[in-house]
Amino acid sequence: MIPAKFEYVRAASAGEAVSALAQAGEDAKILAGGQSLMPLLRLRLAYPDALIDVGRIEALREIRDEGGALLIGAMATHHQVVRDPLVRAHAPLIAAATATVADPAIRHRGTFGGALAHADPAGDLPAVALALDAVLLARSPRGEREIPAADFFVDWMTSALDPDELLTGVRVPKLGPGWGVHYEKFHRTAQAWAIVGVACAVRRERGAVEDARVALTNMGPVPVRATAVERFIEGRTVSSSSLRAAGERAAEGTSPPTDLHGSAEYRAHLATVLTARALTAAAAV
Amino acid sequence: MSAPATEGPAPEIGSPRRRSEDARLVTGRTRWTDNLQPAGTLHVAYLRSPYAHAAIARVDAGRARDRPGVVAVFTGADLAAEQGGLPCAWPVTEDMKHPDHPPMAVTEVRYVGEPVACVVARDRYAAVDALEDVDVDYTALPAVVDMEEALAEGADLVHAGLGTNRSYTWVYKNGDLDAAIRDAPVVLERRYVQQRLIPTAMEPRAVLCVPEGDDFTLYSATQIPHILRLMLATVTEIPEHRIRVVAPDVGGGFGSKLQVYGEEVLALLLARRLGHPVKWTESRSEGNMTVHHGRDQIQRLTLGADRDGRIRGLKVDLLADMGAYLMLVTPGVPLLGAFMFNGIYKMDAYSFTCSGVFTTKTPTDAYRGAGRPEATFGIERLMDELAAELGLDPIEVRRRNWITRDEFPYETVSGLTYDSGDYEAATDKALELFGYDALRAEQAERRGRRDPVQLGLGVSTFTEMCGLAPSRVLGSLAYGAGGWEYASVRMLPSGKVEVVTGASAHGQGHETAWAQIAADRLGVPFDDVKVLHGDTAVAHKGMDTYGSRSLAVGGMALYSACDKVVDKARTIAAHLLEAAEQDLEFAGGRFSVRGVRDEGTTIQEVAQATFTAHDLPDGIEPTLDSDATFDPDNFSFPHGTHLCAAEVDTETGMVRLRSYVAVDDVGKVVNPMIVEGQVHGGLAQGIAQALYEEAVYDAEGNLTTTTMADYLVPSAADLPEFTTDRTETPATSNALGVKGVGEAGTIASTPAVVNAIVDALRPFGVKDVPMPCTPERVWRAVRDGTGPDGPGSTGGAR
Repeated sequence: MIPAKFEYVRAASAGEAVSALAQAGEDAKILAGGQSLMPLLRLRLAYPDALIDVGRIEALREIRDEGGALLIGAMATHHQVVRDPLVRAHAPLIAAATATVADPAIRHRGTFGGALAHADPAGDLPAVALALDAVLLARSPRGEREIPAADFFVDWMTSALDPDELLTGVRVPKLGPGWGVHYEKFHRTAQAWAIVGVACAVRRERGAVEDARVALTNMGPVPVRATAVERFIEGRTVSSSSLRAAGERAAEGTSPPTDLHGSAEYRAHLATVLTARALTAAAAV
Repeated sequence: MSAPATEGPAPEIGSPRRRSEDARLVTGRTRWTDNLQPAGTLHVAYLRSPYAHAAIARVDAGRARDRPGVVAVFTGADLAAEQGGLPCAWPVTEDMKHPDHPPMAVTEVRYVGEPVACVVARDRYAAVDALEDVDVDYTALPAVVDMEEALAEGADLVHAGLGTNRSYTWVYKNGDLDAAIRDAPVVLERRYVQQRLIPTAMEPRAVLCVPEGDDFTLYSATQIPHILRLMLATVTEIPEHRIRVVAPDVGGGFGSKLQVYGEEVLALLLARRLGHPVKWTESRSEGNMTVHHGRDQIQRLTLGADRDGRIRGLKVDLLADMGAYLMLVTPGVPLLGAFMFNGIYKMDAYSFTCSGVFTTKTPTDAYRGAGRPEATFGIERLMDELAAELGLDPIEVRRRNWITRDEFPYETVSGLTYDSGDYEAATDKALELFGYDALRAEQAERRGRRDPVQLGLGVSTFTEMCGLAPSRVLGSLAYGAGGWEYASVRMLPSGKVEVVTGASAHGQGHETAWAQIAADRLGVPFDDVKVLHGDTAVAHKGMDTYGSRSLAVGGMALYSACDKVVDKARTIAAHLLEAAEQDLEFAGGRFSVRGVRDEGTTIQEVAQATFTAHDLPDGIEPTLDSDATFDPDNFSFPHGTHLCAAEVDTETGMVRLRSYVAVDDVGKVVNPMIVEGQVHGGLAQGIAQALYEEAVYDAEGNLTTTTMADYLVPSAADLPEFTTDRTETPATSNALGVKGVGEAGTIASTPAVVNAIVDALRPFGVKDVPMPCTPERVWRAVRDGTGPDGPGSTGGAR
């Protein structure tokens, strides 16, 4: 397919991108890795007037240690994130989930920030950002602001970013010692989106779950935090029955879609099974 | 005269040579149709129906014509006088309903994606942009989506003028089936659905037509340049000799490019009207809607058997979805199954009835296997069901029914004569490679401890008919053409060789395999042979490539053409050597006098002498060329035993294939590496039908699987490591002893996988899972079964 006509601006810096975006108006889009946007353009499902290409802004690719948190540049590619020693050490859930995104070709081009800004509830990384209480950094002509992941995903494919805002990076609090993580992705083929995914981080102490963070992929128009699961398991002794009982609560408060790959009823069932499995893997039972 | 060679080269036939065409194919640095860009080329974009069924009230293209870069806009009405109708070459019954099929719709559209108008512009962007300014007023008509509803009294009609949605009913009967089933102690009745599939060749369709005066060269990503040329001449009334069709390198077809498409006819008409080259390349989602689809059958099967598992008779009632129109061989595809539902088994009585049904969906036609996978699925699923019903092992129930190795040639209940086969050998080898007994033990152990992940073993002992086909048989089936193939061999003055084949490779590796055959038969080095194909100006005749026919038919034509060259060379060599022809022997490319090995001449030397023509025998023309055709007197019948081990997660419904063993008997093999590649690709496509792929239409007749995000094609990451091996029982219908391998893997593997899934879930009372066996369908089957030890359970024991 052939995209409709658009203006194209290549930004050399984040500042330049922000002013280009402001100048281009409401119907401009940021082009990051292009792995989601280009198909939409080619299928003529999106008709932006202008694309602001941030693909050459090296500063936005940086991943750095800020002490208690990592700052992952929005333009860090999936491939870069998976291999990054800081991410692997302090945010292993991100590394694990990112390794399941699409295929190697896409992981070499697709970006961490792009995947979040796209706000696809079937994407793997929004749920991970939510589970880790990540903070998203947005820049506009009005300055910078921080948006907690819990407030970032507003609706289906809709983020809290204003039309003139550029996502520059994501601050991810480090997981300290004692945490186990797992991303359980259920999909029909290796390259397909998750029918349901479960992002899970668990801190164990003396045989009990001290802290649990569980978020679900593709169980509603936005990624959802499985708070009923977290509340149930926190403080309980780790056993296969307690983890399974926690999993049973995974679908509470969700509104999963029905599509070609699964009905809402099936997704609700899958969420319970997969959550128990994710907890089991994260708690290293 | 040269000295005798001490050692001949190793034989080429049987050598696993790497394919010489692959470097250019896999890098794409080659003549794909879309890569061709003659000066002045105009680009075509099609406006397609968004309705499954609608009357076209009005088309207004005025604003589109005014857009920058637009050269012309045509509607169906603009072309109605010259566009003719797309052909169907297989009128399967005398009273078959065969509706008109205009390349571009004029008054009515009958499937989503049917072309309604086209824009011709100076570039692709301008053409696609201008589509938005073509306004069409449609009056919606009822969609006809479900085949069974389409045949009900008072159903909405796809073609009102026909008065029915039934295109034809075709019947074959042998023996007293009613008696065989009425008295049978065991009767199984099953309904299986062969879901609709989208062929999904790697290269999309593309066509470029270049006008040159009264002549036209049409480049197309087609499997059938020769048939296409004849059909284009018939449809457009442009004389055949004014049309040259070129299939440059073509990136796969799987049957989907065995077609005469509207866009090909229209390319010719537009080039004639505009006097410029015109090109059209489809997008993937456009292709999903408009490339002909495959399969789509509802099968009602009744099998009668004795308590010892011996089959008495089989009744097959099919509904086959034609889609909205009959295309090149649409009605005949399901009928190829008529000869295959009995599989490798003996039975007393058989009946086959098939009705072709019109629906408001994309037309169906040949897709890898074409009728034979559907039939093989039916019988191989039934054999497993029979085994379960009787508490027999599925291998044992097959052994009790199959044609034994000493019974060949064997005339089957469906009227074919299987020339050769050895089902025992293939099965024994497969069982050993698979570790069947150990896997059965593991299955019992997992059942015993109620493992949430159950193990199932699936069997498929398939055969198929290929090497299409004896021309007389095709004639008796009312097919519109013969089944012969053509080859030509040209020895050049330098001793190098050009081979021309009428088969039209689109990924199969003809250039390598044909060079191997020619090298051996002529005694020349492999690298001295060039294989030419896919151009009607180069190969003036041919029947093209489909139905696993190229080697068994076209390879034999080459074999015969080589022999003709050697025969003529022998005459010339005898003259040069001053010996009698009957005293010459030919080995390793050298003629020598029998018993006097140092007196001889090479075939290259003969070629040189032929070229100079200074000293040829009287009456011998100075060429070392030959033409040959081959028309087989029977089909060939590859067979094999495929075994699949599937792990089924009963909590999620996810199926993981743990191991897959394919032992195929494709007769003699020219290139084992190509054969193995064909088996791997075939398995992937057959497994894809079992687990992943389905063209889904909603109730309004909209195709909902228009992208590869929704139509799931598996990749290597989703497939197990295949264990492939062969037995070798030569075909007796050709001198090479080859059978064909293009479709075997696809035909065999679908039932093997579904049998494995059902086998895993029998303790849950599951007797079938509809295809594709998605996780949700498997989960529902487990949930709706009654669970281990429940009343519907057949128990875990075997």
